[in-house]
This record gives sequence, structure tokens and C-alpha cells, in this order.
Amino acid sequence: MAEQTTTSSSAQASDQNYWSANLRIIFISLIIWALVSFGFGILLRPMLAGITVGGTDLGFWFAQQGSILVFLALIFNYAWRMNKLDREYGVEED
Amino acid sequence: MDQFTINLLFVGASFALYIGIAIWARAGSTSEFYAAGRGVHPVTNGMATAADWMSAASFISMAGLIAFTGYDNSTFLMGWTGGYVLLALLLAPYLRKFGKFTVSEFIGDRFYSQTARIVAVICLIVASTTYVIGQMTGVGVAFGRFLEVSNTAGLLIGACVVFAYAVFGGMKGVTYTQVAQYVVLIMAYTIPAIFISLQLTGNPIPGLGLFGDHAASGEPLLQKLDAIVKELGFNEYTTHHSDTFNMVLFTLSLMIGTAGLPHVIMRFFTVPKVSDARWSAGWALVFIALLYLTAPAVGAMARLNITEMMWPNGASGEPVSVETIGSEQQYNWMATWEKTGLLGWEDKNGDGKIAYFNDKDADTVAKMEAAGWGSQNELTKFNRDILVLANPEIANLPGWVIGLVAAGGLAAALSTAAGLLLAISSAVSHDLIKGSINPQISEKGELLSARIAMAVAIAVATYLGLNPPGFAAQTVALAFGLAAASIFPALMMGIFSKKINNTGAVAGMLAGLVVTLIYIFLHKGWFFIPGTNSFTDADPLLGTVKSTSFGAIGAAINFAVAYIVTGMTKELPQDIKDLVESVRIPRGAGAAQDH
Repeated sequence: MAEQTTTSSSAQASDQNYWSANLRIIFISLIIWALVSFGFGILLRPMLAGITVGGTDLGFWFAQQGSILVFLALIFNYAWRMNKLDREYGVEED
Repeated sequence: MDQFTINLLFVGASFALYIGIAIWARAGSTSEFYAAGRGVHPVTNGMATAADWMSAASFISMAGLIAFTGYDNSTFLMGWTGGYVLLALLLAPYLRKFGKFTVSEFIGDRFYSQTARIVAVICLIVASTTYVIGQMTGVGVAFGRFLEVSNTAGLLIGACVVFAYAVFGGMKGVTYTQVAQYVVLIMAYTIPAIFISLQLTGNPIPGLGLFGDHAASGEPLLQKLDAIVKELGFNEYTTHHSDTFNMVLFTLSLMIGTAGLPHVIMRFFTVPKVSDARWSAGWALVFIALLYLTAPAVGAMARLNITEMMWPNGASGEPVSVETIGSEQQYNWMATWEKTGLLGWEDKNGDGKIAYFNDKDADTVAKMEAAGWGSQNELTKFNRDILVLANPEIANLPGWVIGLVAAGGLAAALSTAAGLLLAISSAVSHDLIKGSINPQISEKGELLSARIAMAVAIAVATYLGLNPPGFAAQTVALAFGLAAASIFPALMMGIFSKKINNTGAVAGMLAGLVVTLIYIFLHKGWFFIPGTNSFTDADPLLGTVKSTSFGAIGAAINFAVAYIVTGMTKELPQDIKDLVESVRIPRGAGAAQDH
């Protein structure tokens, strides 16, 4: 079993803030995740039809290339921001 | 040197490498067997995860599926990569913090319920077994084609190699072998694609070439492709033809299913720290993206190459003649693949030409008849799965590239098979034997039972690979449905909710599982027995929702039932609330163990 969390209330409040900050980053990341794949790649494709990319439109590019590149950026951004957040709240591993 | 010798050389050398790694990375403890001692660097782990995840389906089938359908099959590209965002943000770091060995162990502990653990084990074994059958069949086919041995002999050789490094090396052996397999498979996939992209567009990066100009005509490549397939009566490549709602739902189901597949999740137990688990998911997607960004280019370029070969002077010129196919060197691949029965053509109207067009489209049939090419499509068979394997021959690339592709296809199938077998064996030895049958088992005894479970799993998988049940292909939908409808929601609620209790979680998993199973059985036949289905995927029960797209709905049912049942039953005990708290905070995760 993992170690017990500290019982002091200030530490608990700090852990709560850390968790809320984490949830905020996750929430924003997932909105972008859905926007580039389900949005630009599928549902909003007709709206992007005017923007041409190499013989087709931007929606097609998002469906076959762009969404994957954005997914990559999202994961690395999350890892970087969370590892920074860990240190800010002093919850990182040694 | 003839092609057979070259293939033998490439496959033999890659196998020698895998066995060498197995001897070097022998597992000595259960921690090494299940989690490679938690000492794997995130980049290494990302590479191993990529090989683990990219199976024969990604390597062999995906580009073919995209080539013959175009835009509508972008679902696979977005679905199979988007799941990593869910994994990285919602599961990987917390499961690493929890610090145990299996997915079912987390579900069992978090929901303080042996039933929950057993339900998770059953889902895990069913999902992994259906997957592994496909991989073993793929190994047999690839061997049969490239080494000219029988399917059976090929499969047995493959099984012995997996046995050697998985049984002795456990997760440690599998991880380092998968790194080597990743290198082999990514070179095998990208090198021919680079050659072809250079030939067609002059751009060495296939993903950029796809949106570049076709060198021969100066037109954009995709525009050229759209025009020629349209002339032959097929759907335009880049336009949207399928049902939009089903496309969204199918993509979402693939994403959730990916994030719920146990053999991928368990890879994140092997890194030293929580922060490494976050990076590792990113690195995994980098290595996966190298193939996934290339695949749509491979598909489109192969479609253009094949169409132009069938109509050397364009769709308004003459179709290729039977004589040309038989005599010209660039058509050799057609004769080679015809022998496998996966490619076929027939001069139906006896004019000495093979006319390739969509004979379901009335306008095109009228046009072809007027031109004197008959009313029937004469390229009678083109199995989607041969596209990637035949691609270097279609593009007339040197023999060593073909040998490399043979080794790459085998690497993709073997690495995934080993990962799945490991997931099965740890579920049996750790969750079933140590977790419920004999909790007092010694470390040595557990390690032995893990190896025996692995050997039995390989034997069963080999048997099923030799005698594939008729339903093997359909069950992939089942594997994803199970992962999406049962495992992913349970894990996510376990981390993000401090309310969901044991009864709620079990009820949710069972509800998601049962409804998804029923929906699949209604469309694919009860227990996949042909003829017992009441609906087909062409005309599904719920509007346009195909059975393959149901996983996301199953997941939603799981979440809803878990919340409702939790509301009606006892509150979560304090020690479980503390467990959830501790999983959310990286501080205090077990330090890296020996390497």
C-alpha cells in the first residue's frame, strides 16, 4: 500500500489545490483533443472547406496528419506542466 | 542473390537479435517478470510501448483500409492515436503511482472487491486472447509468403521464438526485444514509403509528399488521385461519404478502447517514476506517430500507383493488357501475389485487356461498354491486407527493401503477441493464483507459475492460430468493446471519483459489458455463430450505430450505472478514500528498483 497522506489540514488544502490545478489542465487539454479530431477532422470539416491544403482542404489534413501532431503536443505539454506543478506544490518524487 | 535468400537473411538476422536480447535480459524476480524491475527509461519504454501497440493490423492492414476507402477511414488514424491522450492524462501517472503489477489488481484494491478483480481479469483475458489469435495468424501468413514454408511451420517457428524471450525474459526480456522490434518495423515501414514518395512527389517525407504535387503531372497528388478514381466510378478519395455520427462514435470507441487495453496500460508500470510515466506516454506516441503519419501517404500513393498500372495511359486510354501483366517486369508482383489467392484478375469479355473500374456504378459501366472494355470489373480480387507487403514490389524497389518489409511485418506481429501473452500470464499467475487461489505462494513459486501460464498461453494461441475460429476477425470489435465498456471506465472512476464504491463499480462494469456484448452478438451472431444475428452492420439496430462503434456507448452506460448504483449503496470507506488521495499525488511512489 502506498504511504499515508499527511493529516495536517494545510497540507491537505495544498494537495486539493494541486489536484484542482491538474483537473484544469486536463479539462483544457481534452477540449483541444476533441476539437482537432472530432471537430476539425470530422464535424467542422465543411466549415474549413474553403482553406485548401495541397489538393484538398484543411479538415482532411487534420483527419490524417494534424490531429496526431496536436495529440503529441498535448501529451508533452501535459507532462511538462505537471512535472512543474509537482515541484511548485512540493509533491514530486525525490 | 535471389529474393528468397535475401528474405531469409533479413528474417534470420532479426530473429538472432531477439534471441540474443532474451539471453541477456533474463528475469530473476517477479518484479522483473511483471514490470522489468521498474527500471526502464521513458524513451526506451515509449519505443517498447509503440512496438507492443502496433500490431499486424497497424503494420499490414491499416494503409490498405485507407487506400481503398480514403478519408472515411481516417477514423483508424485518429482513434488509435487519440487514445494515448486519454492514457497520458487520465490513467498512466496514477496507475504508476499505485505501484502494483496488473490492471485488475488496481481495480480489485480500489473497489475493495474480489468480484471486481475477477470481472477485470475475465475482460482482460478475453480481450487479449482474441487479439493474440490475429497476431499468430499474421505470423503464419507472413512466413508463408516470404520464406515459402507452410503456414504451420511458420507459425511454429514464430511460437518458439516468442517462447524463448517471453517465458525466460518476462517483461524485462519482452521490453528490450520490443525495442529492437520497433527499430526493425519502423525502418521496414518508412524506407519503402520514402522511396515511393520520392518517386511520385520528389519529397522524401511521405506525410508532406501526400499534400505535395505529383511530379509527373504537376498537379497536387490528392487532386490527381481524386480525378482518376472518380473517372473509374469509385468514390472520390478525399471526400466524406460515410455516416457522420457513426464516424464520430467509431473514432471515440477506438480511442477509449485503446486506453483500456491491458497490455498497453501495463507498460506504464515499468518506468521508475510518475513523471516518467507522463513522458513515456508522449514518447510512445512519437514512435507510433512515425508510422501513423506515414500510413495515409502509403495508402494514397499505393492507390495511385495501382490505378495507374491498370490504366497506363489514364482512365480514358486503354486498360493494361493480359500480355503486359504476364511479360513486363514491373507487373511481376501481380503473378507472385496471384499465387497466394489474395489477388485475382480475369479477362471476362475476352478482349485481352484487364479493365479495372467500379461495375456497381451505372454511368461508369455505360462508359466502359461504349469504349469496348465490357461491363464487368476484371480486377476481380484485391485483398486489402496485401497492399503494404506488396508495396515495395509495386513500386519496383530493390530486393533488400522487400526482405526488410518481411522482417518488419513479423516484428510487428511478434512484439504485439508477446505483450499480450505477458498480460495474460500475469493476470493468471498474479491475479488468479496469488490473488485468490493461493495467496501464500512464494516469490519463486509465483515466478514459476507465471512462466507456466505463459507457456500454456503460447500453446493455446499457437493452436488457435493454426485453427483460427471463423470468428477471429469479428472478435477484434469485441476486444475493443470490452476494453472500452468495462476496463477504461472502471480505471477512470477509480482515480477521478472519491464516491464510486464496490457495488457501483461492479454493476457498472457488468452493465457496460453485457449491453456491449448483446449489441455485438445481435449484429455478428450469438457467440459469433453465423446466421444467428438479427441485424447487420449495414442496417444496425440503433440508427446508424454499427456494432464496432458501440464501445463508446457501453462506456457511457458503465459510467451512468456506476453512479446510480453508488448513490443507492453504502458510502466509500475512509481507507479507500485515502488510497484515492495517495494515487493522485506523485510524492512517495516506490523508488526505481534494480535494473
